[in-house]
Amino acid sequence: MYGYSGKILHIDLTERKTWVESKPEAWYKLYIGGVSMATRLCWENIEVGCDPLDPGNPICMAAGVFAGTPVAVGGKYGLASKSPLTGFIGDSLSGSWTSVALKRTGWDGIVVHGASEEWVNVFVDDDKVEFRNADHLLGMTTTETEETICEELADDQVRSATIGPAGENLARIANVSNDGRKAGRTGHGAVWGSKKLKALSLRGTHNVEVADPDTLLALAYDIQQASQGPHTQKYRILGTSSNVLNMNRLGLLPTRNYQEGVFEDAELVSGEYLHEHYKAKTIACAQCPIACEQVGHVKEGPYEGAMGHIEYESLYALAPNCGLNHFPAVIQAITNCNEFGLDTMSTGVTISWALECYERGIFTKEDFKCAKYPEGFEANFGSNEAVVTLTEMIANREGYMGDLLAEGTRRASAKVDQERGTETYQWAMNIKGLEAPGYDARTLKTFALGLAAGTRGACHNRTAAYDPDIKGQVDRFSVDETRGGLAKSTEEYAAVYDTLPLCKFIRRCFTGKADRAGAWPAIAKLINATTGWDFGYDEVDLIGERAHTIKKAFNIREGWTREDDHLPYRWQHDKMKVGPSAGYVVTDEELEYLKDIYYEAKGWTKEGLIPKEKLIALGMDDVAEEIGV
Amino acid sequence: MPTISTSKYQYITCDPNKCVGCQLCEYICSYTKTGVFNTYRSRIRTVRAHKILMTAVACRTCEDAPCVIACPRSALTQDAVTGIIHIDASRCDGCAWCIEACDFGAISINPETKLAEICDQCEDEEEGPQCVKWCPKEALELTTPDRRAQRSRRKLAIEEVLGQ
Repeated sequence: MYGYSGKILHIDLTERKTWVESKPEAWYKLYIGGVSMATRLCWENIEVGCDPLDPGNPICMAAGVFAGTPVAVGGKYGLASKSPLTGFIGDSLSGSWTSVALKRTGWDGIVVHGASEEWVNVFVDDDKVEFRNADHLLGMTTTETEETICEELADDQVRSATIGPAGENLARIANVSNDGRKAGRTGHGAVWGSKKLKALSLRGTHNVEVADPDTLLALAYDIQQASQGPHTQKYRILGTSSNVLNMNRLGLLPTRNYQEGVFEDAELVSGEYLHEHYKAKTIACAQCPIACEQVGHVKEGPYEGAMGHIEYESLYALAPNCGLNHFPAVIQAITNCNEFGLDTMSTGVTISWALECYERGIFTKEDFKCAKYPEGFEANFGSNEAVVTLTEMIANREGYMGDLLAEGTRRASAKVDQERGTETYQWAMNIKGLEAPGYDARTLKTFALGLAAGTRGACHNRTAAYDPDIKGQVDRFSVDETRGGLAKSTEEYAAVYDTLPLCKFIRRCFTGKADRAGAWPAIAKLINATTGWDFGYDEVDLIGERAHTIKKAFNIREGWTREDDHLPYRWQHDKMKVGPSAGYVVTDEELEYLKDIYYEAKGWTKEGLIPKEKLIALGMDDVAEEIGV
Repeated sequence: MPTISTSKYQYITCDPNKCVGCQLCEYICSYTKTGVFNTYRSRIRTVRAHKILMTAVACRTCEDAPCVIACPRSALTQDAVTGIIHIDASRCDGCAWCIEACDFGAISINPETKLAEICDQCEDEEEGPQCVKWCPKEALELTTPDRRAQRSRRKLAIEEVLGQ
């Protein structure tokens, strides 16, 4: 086999033992890598029905097909566990040197079982596994942890995926971090913390063997050349932060906890403003020639020294959505999230819920007591200090508010509503427990369906259904019978990229259009040169459908029902007052209709379950046996 | 304290302002020189010294190269015209004295052969150094210190006089 070793490494933290599992080539052809393989490993290794923070929930890491080769943007890995936020599949991706180190250890995937009694740093040194005490790493930021481990092992080429204090404290919105990039969403940090796994370090020195290296190199060169052209210009110059003004124009920029879609100070927290005033450097993920990551740096004032990775998703969540217009404070809040190991999106959206609760009189100043402010503090939208302080409190579960918000919006609002008889769930912006992304779905109706049906909750990366809405391919303000097929098509399109994985920012570099027709044949060539397989358009297309299906199957086995495909209350009931999105909601009738036509397009039952024959046709016979109907 | 040599020869330089840390140069070097994808086999090495400091280092073709002097088995020789250091694999025994002698950390031991390896600017390749060809940000360049200095002066002049 080329491109794979055929071996999965299992590590049991409870028993401190390891074993190797061999997988046949046919298994790889079905699940490929990235989120698909990671989810499949989770399907095979989880104790069904377990609490996400119990030892029965495995950490499943899957390599990328192209990691360790010069194929542009292929330096990513997939990470899957049952999500402590959603109770369903938590599948994340991270562009990182961890992916390359993993590939070169010779393991196609790593499954971490059980839970350690003491804090541990697991070091996978090619074929050897070492359990290293991690007590001295506790409390360290993600960057400090990585650097300390390199020092201890006397090798800068050791790559570590780590959790920060937030993960140690089981914040459900904590993430896993590696060389500045994150497996960001669905709360992986808490799963790692529950196992007392502070860091997973990797040193891989093996060659990455591919079937036809000369062909792969030639293909990779062409893609790299194209990646410096007009199709990635947006990413290369301003990065994803260029979306701030675009979304603001469209009335889609989440503002003050999604109460509005237009932020009056958007200019001040835009990618353009960042570029002009606070950009320190543009950097790249592993083996990425595009380089979209903008590092923001504050050089003076109360937030002097803050240096964080500024993405659109971090910006919308912590700036307009929290009412902040002071860029240095936003950079500080993002830096805190980066270093403490918090998902910027879930953190920002959870904080914005708390600010709204404060403004509506549910919370008082006293609810915000902490060491820094023993009397508590005012927590209005637009308060720089409130937002920055709350990121610290959440990471440390400090005080009433830190402990509450570390649970994410769904649990926090449920707790408050139960204790105080309030209805704050109406402002809790999540789907299945995962906080909403930076595109208001009240006037993106195809996207609303994609999010509602999303297997990991409100994630813009797993459904790309905003594309037809924003491009004007459909009327984004209304629904029609095409949306079911579009939601299916876009989520499976995204799943191909998430499975290989290739960063989606390369998607226009094959033919200039972000569609299947140009990309799939080109991607098939890359796969074939790497693996020696004979993939064509259809096989590539099936990668996405299978990836999505295994995630859905996982959820069904964990108890998913049609009611779980929901939208946040606000998107269904509260109308914006200003901007292009004013006056719209997604009605119950619309949502149920959209779900009907989506399940139908997927070939599922009206209840959203998967027929046995559908699974068998996809080659997933064992899945059919367990959850097929 | 050894004196750091300067070079009249060309060598591969990296502009840290342009380098984004993608490490593609290492992949290409490894493949060009050894036929495998393994950045441990690369003769150009990327450095991530800080969140925003990344660069790459290859042989700087020092004059009177300390690595050549240090080699106890005379395995290293320097081309008088190009300044490129050649390593005679039949003489090298992997003792690593050359690595210790190099102020730039530009020599490494091949983990498989256990012998020293160093950048030869792809002198056998028609297109020249492959890392330079592949660098997506044009951060890498085959040039001389003098040429770099000329460019710095020019840049300074433009900035100071024209304010650009």
